Amino acid sequence: MTPKLFTLLLEAALSTLGISLVSIAIGFVIAMLLSAALLSGKSIYILPARLFISFFRGVPLLVQLLLIYTLLPVIGINVPGIVAAIVGLSLCTAAYQAENLRGGFASVPPGLIEAADVAGFTGAQTFIRIRAPIALRLTFPALVNEAIMILKSSSLVSVVGIIEITKMAQDLASSTYQPIPIFASAALIYFVINSAIALLGRYAERSLKGASA
Amino acid sequence: MSVPAIAIRKLVKRFGETTVLQDIDLEIPEGKVSCLIGPSGSGKSTLLRCLAFLEEATSGMITINGEALGFFEDANGRRERLPANQIRAVRTKTGMVFQQFNLWPHMTALGNVSEALKLVRKVPKAEAEERAMVQLRKVGLENRAGHYPSQLSGGQQQRVAIARALALEPKIMLFDEPTSALDPELTGEVLNVMRDLASEGMTMVVVTHEIGFAASVGQQISFLDHGRLLFSGPPAEIFAKPRHPRLEQFLDTYLDRGASMLA
Repeated sequence: MTPKLFTLLLEAALSTLGISLVSIAIGFVIAMLLSAALLSGKSIYILPARLFISFFRGVPLLVQLLLIYTLLPVIGINVPGIVAAIVGLSLCTAAYQAENLRGGFASVPPGLIEAADVAGFTGAQTFIRIRAPIALRLTFPALVNEAIMILKSSSLVSVVGIIEITKMAQDLASSTYQPIPIFASAALIYFVINSAIALLGRYAERSLKGASA
Repeated sequence: MSVPAIAIRKLVKRFGETTVLQDIDLEIPEGKVSCLIGPSGSGKSTLLRCLAFLEEATSGMITINGEALGFFEDANGRRERLPANQIRAVRTKTGMVFQQFNLWPHMTALGNVSEALKLVRKVPKAEAEERAMVQLRKVGLENRAGHYPSQLSGGQQQRVAIARALALEPKIMLFDEPTSALDPELTGEVLNVMRDLASEGMTMVVVTHEIGFAASVGQQISFLDHGRLLFSGPPAEIFAKPRHPRLEQFLDTYLDRGASMLA
């Protein structure tokens, strides 16, 4: 295991990290919209949101990625692998994050919403200023967990031609015949990144608590 | 005679098959403290929640300063829901204080009091906070402005909640058992703030178990039982010689409790 090989793995880690973080962020926005739809009380919004969530939770991510990569060109949208990867990961994590957020929203005490209601807040204002921030605090640990899951799941995007940590490690292992140090290095890189996310999460959680405890 | 602050006409509220309020007729005079008393489940909190439009009455009509709240009902009982912005406009004439305070936990005391000014009234941040401070000072908590609800005692939280309602300059303040969730030694500070408000001439509707407060501050006492308004009148009349057997029984329970506490 030479420093050069390790550098190659680190470079690949950048694409793992980049794709994962962008997907988590996009997924979060979609998840918020999905929760807003689920909370709207109108079946015209609720049903599509439910369908979305059950589909993306119910189909393996690997299949979703392959489907997106092969389906979009058929309907005339030619997407580079990286876009397919981000779309796949975003939609998948959106479904899981939406379920987490739904639990958080359900735990917001109704009295807090009534207080906003009597103060003249519109439904949207109540969502943005009261429901979402409180639900977010309640679900923050689950969201950190989901970020870690997505970072690990991003190893699947090699199927749409993205070179990330796992794919790079496989390629290097087969070209150098040193599978053990290379896969061990890959494991170490995943472990360090995810430990950092967990630590940052715990730090953020504490400062959120500090603001409300 | 002037328009009453609140007029309730033939108000009925049902939850499914259960009738919670039956034909309530009541006028709440302006500038007076009106107390709603009655046993648990009598419907007094539901009546107050109808006044805040947190519950929608099944039939009947409520007017606030002469303006219909939520629904307009004509003489033939035909009922029409008013547009949302009009409902909001009429609702903002009232401020509400809840039993459980319901302060927003992610905002400081100052944030809680200034939020609606900024968001609903579109008051610039600096001015909103200045006005919020005035209200916090009024409830004696200007030195707690930067505290989060969880850093405040129950009594302080309820005073912040009162300041939050006052910040929107309501014509009428609605209180839903404002001291029921408090330790007995903390009720005094909240009742004192309410007394101050009353002496300034604020129209107040108070659902309460504090019979002492009702007797000393209340100017109109309404007694509800099983969803019906059994009596409404000045405290002297209701407490001196209660005429209705249910009212007598209700007050006796309270006197008994007071007496047993002394024994």
